[in-house]
Amino acid sequence: MARLWAVVVKEFLQVRRDRMTFAMILGIPLIQLILFGFAINSDPKHLPAAILLADDGPQGRTLLYGIQNSSYFDFTRALRTELEARQALARGEVQFVISIPENFSRELLRGKQPSVLVEADATDPSATGQAIASLRSLLDSSLQNDLKGPLSFLAGTEGPVDLRIHPLYNPDAITQYNIVPGLMGVVLTMEMVMITGLAMTRERERGTMENLLSMPTRPVEVLMGKIIPYVLLGYVQVTLILIAARFLFHVPMVGNIILLLLVALIFIAANLAMGVTISTVAKNQLQAMQMAFFFFLPSILLSGFMFPFRGMPHWAQMIGEILPLTHFLRIVRGILLKGNGVKEVSLQVWQIALFATIALSIGIKRYRRTLD
Amino acid sequence: MSDALAIDVRGMTKRFGRLTAVDHIDLQVRAGEICGFLGPNGSGKTTFIRMLCGLLRPDDGQGTCLGENVITGSEEIKRQVGYMTQRFSFWEDLSIVENLDFVARMYSVKNRREAVRSSIERLGLGERQKQLAGQLSGGWKQRLALAACMIHDPKLLLLDEPTAGVDPKARRDFWEEIHRLAAEGLTFLIATHYMDEAERCHRLAYIAKGKLLTHGTVSEVIAEAHLTTWSVSGPDLLALSDQLQGRPGVQQAVAFGNALHVSGGDAAALEQAIQPFRTSPHEWRQVESGLEDVFIHLMDETHHNALE
Ligand SMILES: Nc1ncnc2c1ncn2[C@@H]1O[C@H](COP(=O)(O)OP(=O)(O)OP(=O)(O)O)[C@@H](O)[C@H]1O
Ligand SMILES: [Mg+2]
Repeated sequence: MARLWAVVVKEFLQVRRDRMTFAMILGIPLIQLILFGFAINSDPKHLPAAILLADDGPQGRTLLYGIQNSSYFDFTRALRTELEARQALARGEVQFVISIPENFSRELLRGKQPSVLVEADATDPSATGQAIASLRSLLDSSLQNDLKGPLSFLAGTEGPVDLRIHPLYNPDAITQYNIVPGLMGVVLTMEMVMITGLAMTRERERGTMENLLSMPTRPVEVLMGKIIPYVLLGYVQVTLILIAARFLFHVPMVGNIILLLLVALIFIAANLAMGVTISTVAKNQLQAMQMAFFFFLPSILLSGFMFPFRGMPHWAQMIGEILPLTHFLRIVRGILLKGNGVKEVSLQVWQIALFATIALSIGIKRYRRTLD
Repeated sequence: MSDALAIDVRGMTKRFGRLTAVDHIDLQVRAGEICGFLGPNGSGKTTFIRMLCGLLRPDDGQGTCLGENVITGSEEIKRQVGYMTQRFSFWEDLSIVENLDFVARMYSVKNRREAVRSSIERLGLGERQKQLAGQLSGGWKQRLALAACMIHDPKLLLLDEPTAGVDPKARRDFWEEIHRLAAEGLTFLIATHYMDEAERCHRLAYIAKGKLLTHGTVSEVIAEAHLTTWSVSGPDLLALSDQLQGRPGVQQAVAFGNALHVSGGDAAALEQAIQPFRTSPHEWRQVESGLEDVFIHLMDETHHNALE
């Protein structure tokens, strides 16, 4: 019993002396509680939508205002051609394209039940589900004022308009199609950051750092030397996940796999850079682990992997935009499900590369050439 | 041997918070010389060596190491220095060859394979070269570390207690090798706690509490201490030692095997102090003070000074 107590006291003293670990033990739960408690929202609103309005009658306009006033859709732009609409959807600039055909007003008044076409980016079914479900009643209620008195018969039993919804890319709303490619990014983030995160702290803890530092090397050499071997490991994981996605989950692979593999290289490098940077800051392996998790949790929760990106408040999206995983998810889903090519993914690739560069620069700057 | 100085530093100082671990140490070591570096535990030997090879930034001090500035030229110094750490610092999860190979690569050794092979051969580790370094016994780890820090043909070797835990035969081989290399012009700074090793050095530097107390050849160091030593043999030396301790003129009474060494700085006072005890069955004779007498004397002095 005395020995047990001695150990308790000793551990307590050590933790108290280890300021950084102590701060993290307190800080991490608090920060994450605040961060994710507010951020997670499975009923995303204000989704960006575009409109293709070919009708010049008053009812088309009424419909437009009605949709715009609902909290689910934000019209970010007006489009003229079907091609433009497709591109905006592929790049992920909008989640919906709503087309109101020519002669909509006229046909409506004739009781011909004109059609309204809604194309939705359904890569992530949970992001679009609620909005689509609300559309029917939204259309009916916005046209209600126009269809009063003698026209009230038009509201009819089947509704005044014929609503057609085209969920694109993942028409059957199979969650796996969204989750499995995303998992590739998540697994890579976790593994890569963790592995290299321990790299430098392990040297310090085992006393081999003194030896390493007494040799003539530059920080870049040591840091890169610790990154490169794990790139291969990352590729092993990518391959495994792709094979599983194809044969286990039957995820469609519309796009170019070579392009995906190339982009994965940059993504892997970004995470490894993050890892070595952590290990130059952390004093021991436990701290490195904690920091890796501190990076990992927001990556999972704020990147659009777990919850629809657009369902998060603005500030959470800003944090998400910094994380490499956010961009990689868009790329993977884009390439596999939408068949995106170089043109569509290049912006996201640059954002990952920027992150990698900054992370590695911090690592090199923080690398200590001496023992003090 | 040339007169060029391999190590020439002045005022080297290192502070850790309020503790001054190394306090304005000046040290000159000529090329081809073996300099023994002695001092009690915690006196600052390791800290001083780390400053020489650029592992710690000195708070004060200047000078050169192999002609390079110790403050600004540490990258160049690292290339030409072999540093053996006090604590085993090779990779325990790598095998012997892998460790040597890694070191050779880090120093861009020419004919790397050949260098590694001959290093293993000299070590006599031929059959065990695939064994993990972590599985070696303490003494063998030490020998591996020594081989590894010499693989790039350094001009200066900074060895921090290289023979701690090494068996006597291996230690003798080690010192023969060191003398052979010194004759070829290599310079050594060797931290050690062994007196027999100290006596094999060309020169000694003794530090305590971060300060350099004496510096010179073995006989210079002994002469400088002005110590008179008597050796007593006979029964009940322990009781005798108790009685002698603390008498005026007696600075220390230390057991050496079957004899007791009684020393003091003032020869006359010492002789007077031991006079009452010079009876049979004890046999007294004056001996030349040895290094150990001197070092114990130095340690006691710094201890007393610290208490005052
Ligand atoms: N990184 C450090 N931080 C704080 N204090 C240190 C550090 N390194 C050494 N010291 C202190 O500096 C003093 C000198 O230590 P150093 O290791 O140089 O002694 P040493 O002569 O090599 O001892 P030993 O014979 O036991 O190896 C000691 O009091 C030690 O506690
Ligand atoms: Mg030491």
